[in-house]
Amino acid sequence: MLVAAGLVLTACGSSDDSSSSGASKSPSFSGRGPITFAAAKDSSGVVQKVIDGWNKQHPKEKVTFVQLPSDVNQQRQQMIQNAETKSDAYTVLSLDAVWTSEFAAHQWIDQLPAAQFPLDKMLKPVVETTKYRDHLYAVPQSSDGGMLYYRSDLLKKAGVSAAPTTWAEMQAACAKVEKLPEAKGMSCYAGQFQKYEGLTVNFSEAVNSAGGVVTDAGGKPDVDTPAAKKGLDFLVDSFKDGTIPKEAITYQEEEGRQAFQSGKLIFLRNWPYVYSLAEKSKVAGKFTVAPLPGLTGAGSSTLGGHNVALSSFAKNKATALDFIKYFTNHDSATTFLKEGSAAPPYADLYDDQALAKQYPYLPVLKKSILNAVPRPRVVQYGDVSSAIQQEAYAALNGDKSSTQALKDLQEALQKLSAQ
Amino acid sequence: MATRTPPETAADRPPGPASGRAGRPPAPEKARRGRKSATAGTGRMAALLVSPTLLVLTVVVLYPTIMALRESLYGTKGLDPKTGFISDTEPFVGLQNYTDIFGEAGERFWNAFWNTTFFTVVTVGLETVIGVAMALIMHKAFSGRALIRASILIPWAVPTAISGLLWRWIFNSDGIANALIGHQILWTTEGFHAKVAVIIAEVWKTAPFIGLLVLAGLQVIPREVYEAARMDGASPLRQFWHITLPLVKPALLVAVLFRCLDALRMFDLPYLLVGAQKSSVETLSMLAQNEASNVRFGPAAAYAVALFVYVLLIALGFVRLLGADVVGDAGGPGRKKRRWASKRNRVEVPA
Repeated sequence: MLVAAGLVLTACGSSDDSSSSGASKSPSFSGRGPITFAAAKDSSGVVQKVIDGWNKQHPKEKVTFVQLPSDVNQQRQQMIQNAETKSDAYTVLSLDAVWTSEFAAHQWIDQLPAAQFPLDKMLKPVVETTKYRDHLYAVPQSSDGGMLYYRSDLLKKAGVSAAPTTWAEMQAACAKVEKLPEAKGMSCYAGQFQKYEGLTVNFSEAVNSAGGVVTDAGGKPDVDTPAAKKGLDFLVDSFKDGTIPKEAITYQEEEGRQAFQSGKLIFLRNWPYVYSLAEKSKVAGKFTVAPLPGLTGAGSSTLGGHNVALSSFAKNKATALDFIKYFTNHDSATTFLKEGSAAPPYADLYDDQALAKQYPYLPVLKKSILNAVPRPRVVQYGDVSSAIQQEAYAALNGDKSSTQALKDLQEALQKLSAQ
Repeated sequence: MATRTPPETAADRPPGPASGRAGRPPAPEKARRGRKSATAGTGRMAALLVSPTLLVLTVVVLYPTIMALRESLYGTKGLDPKTGFISDTEPFVGLQNYTDIFGEAGERFWNAFWNTTFFTVVTVGLETVIGVAMALIMHKAFSGRALIRASILIPWAVPTAISGLLWRWIFNSDGIANALIGHQILWTTEGFHAKVAVIIAEVWKTAPFIGLLVLAGLQVIPREVYEAARMDGASPLRQFWHITLPLVKPALLVAVLFRCLDALRMFDLPYLLVGAQKSSVETLSMLAQNEASNVRFGPAAAYAVALFVYVLLIALGFVRLLGADVVGDAGGPGRKKRRWASKRNRVEVPA
């Protein structure tokens, strides 16, 4: 209620045009005192625990945790609303890795002093997601990468010893497994193919794993290429020949996880969070993970994760900068990994023997993240993602040929990047 | 349950000893007495008492509406290629956001417009038929009636967001819907079946609302009318067409109007059940929300204003053409207007 009241008040306040641009290009980080941290609802309670640690040391600069809805779109919307009304209700923001460009370009977040953060100790692809035009606008808090979950028990029984590294190997393994009586009614592979952000992720992975790109290094769309077509064709053909079950077109993360856990799938592409949940299900002990396969060798995952940024309109920025350092330091990352099973941005944590014993997927996840490709880093990410979903969905549905879909996508992306 | 005589029927009867006892007839006298003693003081008092309400209405209704209208005249902020920053102010584009609707960018708008209209016509049509049937069942006296009434009302009591999720489970690829029809339809993909899924869920949820309002209307119809009809040998169907329907019409019209206005604003059910940006179920509200979430507030406001005008026209049509009695006043529109005008004069002249 207080936040809502604050929004109304600031909305009225900002309607007079005297207020100038809130974002200065060289922020001074002055002022100390209480601040807020806005992030998604924290089900494990670990975020509050880390914040409590700070509050104990800094009784005069307390951090209040503002819990936003767990739906990603709603989080983004509330943060944009906060920025549009130039409200100081949120000080430190937890941003999805793909929002950095949009928030930075709108000057909703401040540029941060890169030298003050241990970025060289973090995984390089993760650090890249925090930059806009080579300037640092956020600090990595957690990372995320896709992995290939598979039924190791069935593969072993069918005489397949190693995890597949290419799509063809995966299909060959499926052909062997499907001959087993235990595998009756099982489908080979699924990812997230419903028309939402997950489709953007899976489409980009297919394209990148076949050697194509959605946008090139300079941010220009270059998706109408033979390599990209091979990637999309893998998905389209898999739907046609039943490698991917046809109901997978309605799968988001959870539907796919349930299908895998109930023994309907041999291979599943999903995020690390599935590991601990599947360990408690029917397939416990019967599965393991591998890096995503590709066309001719290991595939590339799409990079997920969260970064921490500083709202341009906040007060007490000196405190905020210190809090960001504390929140993203090595100790906090270890706590997030141990208690929230969030993939850390620090490279050395993946090589820790004791942790690897507890989280057997860590080495695979490290490979996945190191091979990962960030989603297009563009200001209008929402529109880019919509365009990808539109065309990829049409191709998977059979409404368009993959050639036509890629051609239309290239056109749509060009139009968006021209704006 | 005792049948109460509605005031309307009492007033229509020839004046007898009973009709002056209560209800409408003495009311105008009271009002007239009040008007006679109205002075500048009471007028000021009235203005003072009404002003908080007017202030709240201005803040809650008028201000956002005007802001939305203003916003719809602005375009989207541009990106400065040199600095990489989005400009601070929105350019004034006049009516361009509206004219774009009729241009090349209008395809998505018109698709959403027809989806909205289609959903409204089909769902309200089905709801009316099913709702009236529900009301007739609930009105009948039989054992276990309380249970039936309660169970019919459950869907209306469930929040739309929850029922959206509920139906998403039902329409899941291996959900109950597919198990029942014994054939796999992927309801939440694009296509006509997605529309059907939304219609089924919407009708399930809101037919009880019409049922409830119609039931209220049914309960004030005096039983003697039916007895007289039965004496004259009217069949049940004839009784329904010539007694029930005309007498329940005021309540039914209000119910249908409310449902129409609600259905035109439909957002959460298709959004949760089928998903955002699905052109087969995208409504105008969803389109406006999508534009706003992509930081294009100008076009979003223009779509919202277009929807507002559409809703307004439908409401006006109902009140003017069909005579829906929304205010709960049985008098004709002329009488309503006159009374409103005189009230306004009383407030304004002294103040």
